Amino acid sequence: MFESTDLAAIWLTLRLAAVTTALLLVLGTPVAWWLARTRSGWKGPVGALVALPIVLPPTVIGFYLLVTMGPNGPVGQFTQALGLGLLPFTFAGLVVASVFYSLPFVVQPLQNAFEAIGERPLEVAATLRASPMDAFFSVVLPLARPGYLTATVLGFAHTVGEFGVVLMIGGNIPDQTRVVSVQIYDHVEALEYAQAHWLAAGMVAFSFLVLLALYTLNPTGRRK
Amino acid sequence: MHRLTKKMSPLFLLIATHAALAEEVQVAVAANFTAPMQKIAAEFEKDTGHKAQLSFGATGKFYAQIRNGAPFQVMLAADDETPAKLEKEGLAVPGGRFTYAIGKLVLWSAKPGYVDDKGEVLKKSEFNKLALANPKLAPYGLAAVESLTKLGVLGAVEGKFVQGENIAQTFQFVSTGNAELGFVALSQVMKDGRIASGSAWIVPGSLHTPIRQDAVVLANGKGNAAAEALMKYLKGDKAKAIIKGYGYDL
Repeated sequence: MFESTDLAAIWLTLRLAAVTTALLLVLGTPVAWWLARTRSGWKGPVGALVALPIVLPPTVIGFYLLVTMGPNGPVGQFTQALGLGLLPFTFAGLVVASVFYSLPFVVQPLQNAFEAIGERPLEVAATLRASPMDAFFSVVLPLARPGYLTATVLGFAHTVGEFGVVLMIGGNIPDQTRVVSVQIYDHVEALEYAQAHWLAAGMVAFSFLVLLALYTLNPTGRRK
Repeated sequence: MHRLTKKMSPLFLLIATHAALAEEVQVAVAANFTAPMQKIAAEFEKDTGHKAQLSFGATGKFYAQIRNGAPFQVMLAADDETPAKLEKEGLAVPGGRFTYAIGKLVLWSAKPGYVDDKGEVLKKSEFNKLALANPKLAPYGLAAVESLTKLGVLGAVEGKFVQGENIAQTFQFVSTGNAELGFVALSQVMKDGRIASGSAWIVPGSLHTPIRQDAVVLANGKGNAAAEALMKYLKGDKAKAIIKGYGYDL
């Protein structure tokens, strides 16, 4: 069934997706909040930037990450100056890449949820002398729960499904960057079809169950 | 309108006759042979009128693709096992197989002075990342692992491996400096008979199985005039001179 390298790849993939999703929920909330509330002219450009990974080929993201995070790139110079070394071919590098790659899948559901709440509950909270922070945590967050569920599931699942970017900046290192999608690719290329089948079928089942859970737990997400 | 067609008819005739003589051949080329093959293909097209469509990648990957019906007509592999296996499985035309080049493995860094001419840098182990091609798919990757084993340092450096999907990606990892050094093909770092940049150690052939790179006509290319012509052209003096210029033995 699964070889030990397959299990290592599965465990690594789950860790990558979990760390990425947690980071994205923290980073994505203020961005989505701003996008949902602002009347600034920057809303369009910022929204477009956030959505870019949906339409860009992973090769474009991988290429620019490799160049900017490499020893001669601005990010690479910065991480080296901090004594962190270089990001390509490391788990941390994959996390950074995945945060970019999955950003719209977290920000957009949150933004939709915030927009759906509207001004009214916040105005009511303000008349009850709730501070904006208080209002956010005790009014907005509970109301936006379906949005957070969608964002978490999509962010996690999309990161699990990442391939092209990892292939370009990963370097295929066991326990570091050899995620399930890369492991499947290796099996297929080496004609190890039995192993490839186990992992590939596992991915199909996982993805189906995740989306099924999303649609059953969160029916409001589909009403429109 | 009528006048236009009349004027153009000699041109059509020319294109038509040319097309009848010239054929097209789809070639799967091992990634280490990219640069020389591009040169050879250009000369081949000039000299014979045939057209060679080149695809570059890892030999093992091409093998899997050919077994699954990839439309290649000629394969220039990075080893001699894959073409022999294809022949045995009836996926290649028997009898025509020959060695078009003997590859050389090189330990290379983009930094000048980083790799010494005895490969001692491997034992000092001061680097963070050592790039090599996936040994499961690429013969140059396998040769790298063999060499490290013979040198007795495999265990010490294995944790620093960064694997390229083929030798071209491996070269890219090293040339961008993302890996300090790596095992690549001499042909990738050689220009006009010398190492073009950085520092290198040409790994002695005694440390690994010789990288005999064989060419073979695939079952798909049987009877294709361009495929036959290309095989002949690769044995010619012009092609040989180009191949040697990239540091291959013959």
